[in-house]
Amino acid sequence: MTPSTTTTQVVPTRWQRFRASYLFYSFKRDRVAQISLLIFVALVLAAFSAPLIAPTDPYDLAQIDILNSELPPVWMEGSDPAFLLGTDAQGRDLLSTILYGARVSLLIGFGAVMLQGLLGILFGLLAGYYGGRIDAVLMRIADIQLSFSTLMVAIVVGAIFKATFGNLMFGEVAVLILILIIGIAEWPQIARTVRASVLAEKSKEYVDASRVMGFGSARIMFRHILPNTLSPIFVIATVQIANAIISEAALSFLGLGMPETQPSLGSLIKSGFDYIQSGSWWITLVPGLVLVVLVLVVNLLGDWLRDVMNPRLYKG
Amino acid sequence: MIAFLVQRISHALLVMFVISLISFAIQDSLGDPLREMVGQSVSQEERDALREELGLNDPFLVQYWRFATHALQGDLGDSYFYKEPALSVISQHLPATLELVICAALIIILLSIPIGVYAAIKPRSPLSKAFMGVSIVGISIPVFLTAIVLIQLFSIGVTVHWFPQETGWGAWLNDFFSTDGGMPSYGRGESLVHLFGSWDTNFLTLNGLNHLILPAISLASIMLPLFIRLIRAEMLEVLQSDYIRFARAKGLPMGRVYFLHALKNTMLPVITVGGVQIGTMVAYTILTETVFQWPGMGLMFLEAITRSDIPLIVAYLMVVGVIFVVTNTLVDLIYGLVNPTVKLTGKK
Repeated sequence: MTPSTTTTQVVPTRWQRFRASYLFYSFKRDRVAQISLLIFVALVLAAFSAPLIAPTDPYDLAQIDILNSELPPVWMEGSDPAFLLGTDAQGRDLLSTILYGARVSLLIGFGAVMLQGLLGILFGLLAGYYGGRIDAVLMRIADIQLSFSTLMVAIVVGAIFKATFGNLMFGEVAVLILILIIGIAEWPQIARTVRASVLAEKSKEYVDASRVMGFGSARIMFRHILPNTLSPIFVIATVQIANAIISEAALSFLGLGMPETQPSLGSLIKSGFDYIQSGSWWITLVPGLVLVVLVLVVNLLGDWLRDVMNPRLYKG
Repeated sequence: MIAFLVQRISHALLVMFVISLISFAIQDSLGDPLREMVGQSVSQEERDALREELGLNDPFLVQYWRFATHALQGDLGDSYFYKEPALSVISQHLPATLELVICAALIIILLSIPIGVYAAIKPRSPLSKAFMGVSIVGISIPVFLTAIVLIQLFSIGVTVHWFPQETGWGAWLNDFFSTDGGMPSYGRGESLVHLFGSWDTNFLTLNGLNHLILPAISLASIMLPLFIRLIRAEMLEVLQSDYIRFARAKGLPMGRVYFLHALKNTMLPVITVGGVQIGTMVAYTILTETVFQWPGMGLMFLEAITRSDIPLIVAYLMVVGVIFVVTNTLVDLIYGLVNPTVKLTGKK
């Protein structure tokens, strides 16, 4: 009998593998990516712990005093130290509304990207794997939608939803509807990326091998091809979070998104815009600044990821 | 070439058909013309009779056929709010939007090409890095926010007193960072010059041009960074190619190589992206016009939504659909003409 070969081969844990990866190496060297991630994580944490850390609850009418309306931030004259960033026209603490608003914006952003990822991966895999007529139909739809620009599609779908539901009902399910609208409007971006990678993967030997072994199409697509297309999906999904947040803000600004009683960053900017002529610039520009910082750090992270993973993305 | 032409045009017609189908479905499921036509006092029997007479009980396809034939004759129904044909309401609002888009496009073309080319020729210069940095910030600022900031800075004005006013330099710096405001930020102004038909222009008076400045800059601000980045990326790629190296080796003046030889091939992909961006531009006119209360198609569409003016919404969708389809088809055709390497039968 051969002696049992007890090689002391250390299996690296996931964490160790991650630390040795190129991704982590380049992250350690890229100051912009580090700062962006730091700000992003801080914003996400602050937004999702809003009920714990916000000084007041903007949804609670009992805590609002109309006499406190339009107070400026603390560094200006005539401010109240209780309201760090000032108050809006209804007397709500701006810091609290921004925290709650950022939570809504992020929720819609993540939700919409998950939905469009789901649709995009499914349709992209089908189009790339089966080709032929399925491919032609799906990609034609994607082309048409993209030629209309995602924002236009979102506005039109939003308008239809708004007209169907009416204001009151729309307000109740606004978060879900916005996720649906933005998800529907932007799935082609991901579908096209997935399709391009699937086309490249499909002709490789491991796909032939799994087909010879008698695996079903679904298994080959989801268990074998999909994991190899993940890095471009990851990159584009990051950028899409920024796009989704901007789309949501645009829709809310047009009055097709979140109602003012349950504001997102976009509807905060919209409600503040009415008071900009009276000199109360902070009601609209402070939430605006938060929105820009949020979108900017996500875009910078997306740029960094694209440089590291270097997938062949569509231009423009 | 003819096969390519036929394929593109049939594609365009198919898209137009789908758009009309969607528009009609919206009209069919949302609009109830009876509610607009008759008051509360009309009895149910009369309503039913009227419904039958108007053909509202016909099958979907019959009604769609009626809608499509009318649409082809330029009849998209009457706006509930304006009480006149929807198409003529749109044609009254179209010039304002067109002038805005033309101005924005001019700004984009005049700025993005020199900046993009410069950033590609001197990728390591601090100025290029500054341009690229500003452009990624620019992409991250939503167009309505740019508009609001512009209004605050140049229409309302900002007075800065961060620096000690007593010292000379402090006063100067305060003055430097303060803005006067006073730029018009509301509507098209009073002094419009009538051209023809429903076209009143902003271009011919100083006051009119003044009203255009802030909205046009806002609209341009969202596309400008995109085009700068695109032109830079394409130009960098082109500069690597053999024919550029050969032109350099031949001793041609660098200005000629960059702007004649390299720029030509850079602009090819820019044309396609530009065509697609026209669609995005129309979407952004809605946002810009809302902020500046610019009486164009975008603002009209948004008002139609809040008023549930279904015929006007549908007419807007159809008109915008035609604009998209025509520009996209034209861009495809132009691209096929200027770039002989495109496989004309259209397989990617």
